[in-house]
Amino acid sequence: MKKGWRVLLILILVLAVAVAAAGCGGQEAAEDGNGENQTAAGEGAQDEKMKVGFIFVGPVGDLGWSWTHNEGRKYLEEQLPWVETSYVESVPEGADAERVLTELAEAGNKVIFATSFGYMDYVIKVAEKYPDIVFMHCSGYKTAANADTYFGAMEEPRYLSGMVAGKMTKSNILGYVAAYPIPEVIRGINAFTLGARSVNPEAEVRVVWTQTWYDPAAEKQAAISLLDAGADVIAQHQDTPGPQQAAQERGAYAIGYNCDMREFAPDASLTAPIWNWGPYYTRVVEAVKNGTWQVEEYYGNMKDGIVDLGPYNDIVSQEIRDLVDAKKQEIIDGKFHVFQGPIKDQNGEIRVEEGQQMTHEEILNIDWFVEGVIGSPS
Amino acid sequence: MENTVLITILAAAVTAGTPILYAALGEIICERSGVLNLGVEGMMLVGAVCGYMVAVRSASPWAGFLVALLAAGALAAIFAFLTITLRANQVVTGLALTIFGTGVSGFLGKPYIGIPLPLSFKKAPIPVLSDIPLLGPVFFSQDVLVYLSYILVPLLGYYLYRTRWGLNLRAIGENPAAADALGVNVFALRYTYVIIGGMLAGAGGAYLSLAYAPSWLENMTAGRGWIAVALVIFAFWDPFRAVLGAYLFGGVDALTYTLQASTNIQVPVFFLKMMPYVLTVIVLIVVTRHTLAKRVGAPAALSIPYDREER
Repeated sequence: MKKGWRVLLILILVLAVAVAAAGCGGQEAAEDGNGENQTAAGEGAQDEKMKVGFIFVGPVGDLGWSWTHNEGRKYLEEQLPWVETSYVESVPEGADAERVLTELAEAGNKVIFATSFGYMDYVIKVAEKYPDIVFMHCSGYKTAANADTYFGAMEEPRYLSGMVAGKMTKSNILGYVAAYPIPEVIRGINAFTLGARSVNPEAEVRVVWTQTWYDPAAEKQAAISLLDAGADVIAQHQDTPGPQQAAQERGAYAIGYNCDMREFAPDASLTAPIWNWGPYYTRVVEAVKNGTWQVEEYYGNMKDGIVDLGPYNDIVSQEIRDLVDAKKQEIIDGKFHVFQGPIKDQNGEIRVEEGQQMTHEEILNIDWFVEGVIGSPS
Repeated sequence: MENTVLITILAAAVTAGTPILYAALGEIICERSGVLNLGVEGMMLVGAVCGYMVAVRSASPWAGFLVALLAAGALAAIFAFLTITLRANQVVTGLALTIFGTGVSGFLGKPYIGIPLPLSFKKAPIPVLSDIPLLGPVFFSQDVLVYLSYILVPLLGYYLYRTRWGLNLRAIGENPAAADALGVNVFALRYTYVIIGGMLAGAGGAYLSLAYAPSWLENMTAGRGWIAVALVIFAFWDPFRAVLGAYLFGGVDALTYTLQASTNIQVPVFFLKMMPYVLTVIVLIVVTRHTLAKRVGAPAALSIPYDREER
């Protein structure tokens, strides 16, 4: 008798916890913000609104990668009133992704954006089953008749941020807190270094790998170790403002990433290479609606605005701004290419001859450091 | 140069070790009373987020810290009710608590992402002590919460080993039936210590969000709660050994960054990242050999719910 009551109570409590967790964890959070849309988009309204789904690898609150994609989603909804979006966050890059993609497809989405590299194979698999739905996969390399890839040339704003860092440093040691030794990150470090040394040939870039995308404390610790090694500007390829805070506390400078991070380090954060997915998402959805969509393996650049250099801190002098803005214009006009020769590697060997530039393929697969980087690319 | 690098690493060891230390001390108290609470990570997150929310609103990190203690303590009270009163399986309940804490902290903290903290716990060197060579910059140029942990450890050690209350605490973890027969209120004490343990886990979380990396980000503890759980075993349920363990973990972690930043030796980062765990295994082997001889180990009644009728 007593036992039965206990079991019942446990069940109720467990249920309450589970319900609360499901509601809070936001595993499958529907679109926030516009509650009216949700109710209005009943069966009758389905013809008017086009459904677009997003799947994110991290929480949209990470202030980093997934956050920038979510900003793009919001922008899309603002720009195109006939679009209704939904998203699923914190989806691991595994079998779960296939399930979520299928769910999004079954829910009537006409376009689905999968925003992490590890979703690649699942995107192709699910795309086969739903030929009428357009699948867009960020940063991958596999396409199908109804599945395309997209990414951006982050190396362009990274080069510009390197110029700012090269001009602002006094010790000529720049610190770089980096996540994993993969081509995307190595590419960014190289572009940053090339930019810094273009204005300050004495500058060297010291790299510390953290082996995590997302750990504010570890990232901050890595930045502190760089500051202790004499660095006075800290750049990062990480998803939290930890490195910026370390620089702020030590009175040093920092270069953010993903989005403007000045709020967290008002005196330190100089600028940041940033992602701006919104306009691209809008274009894709419009193209799908108009029937002009096609596979193009999009690799956007600053000219398109998908990547950009964020706003400058007040400390950055007009002289430096003019210099960097001029280079930005050159890149946008196609007069300057970040990976144009001569480029030497860490050991001083010429890798790109004068007058040559690296091919798109070479840039995507880069696994060596340019001259001026101190650290191991593995 | 050599000297400053050493000081950097040691100072970083203390800073990085402190959140783990708080959580581990809490778990030691909890496990000593015979309750295994695997919800440390969840309680840390709830502490971190609640502390942050209050600190942002009130502009007082101390208010935030207190609320962190209360919030994590409240979560621990739920755990205590489930495992002590209802005698639910402690491992499963603890895991549920971690998942719940992760979710609820993400939910509560959503509006606070990207909002900076007006006032955080800053480094506050202690006047005379911080001038001592080596020890000064390492131990006495930290923030208030670190100093608080210095006081907490000997206090806890004294309580555990030298007071009647501490004896009762150990007794209900070793043999609750015997303690009960002697008039010790096993249920009330277990409740108390589980809640205190939770509050300390909350303190560890608050240290992260209010002092170490002042910000709130979802899942910002990044596994430190689990390290704390492991540390308790590593420390053989002893607060003093927990200090060593926490600083060791912190130090080796800091070392991997400093080696990359301050030297020109090109060591693959995967190798460096492996080192803390290799070291852990080595230390565990050494420590185990030592302690096996002394016959110390887990509290005998750990993770066994106490039921008066089942004797």
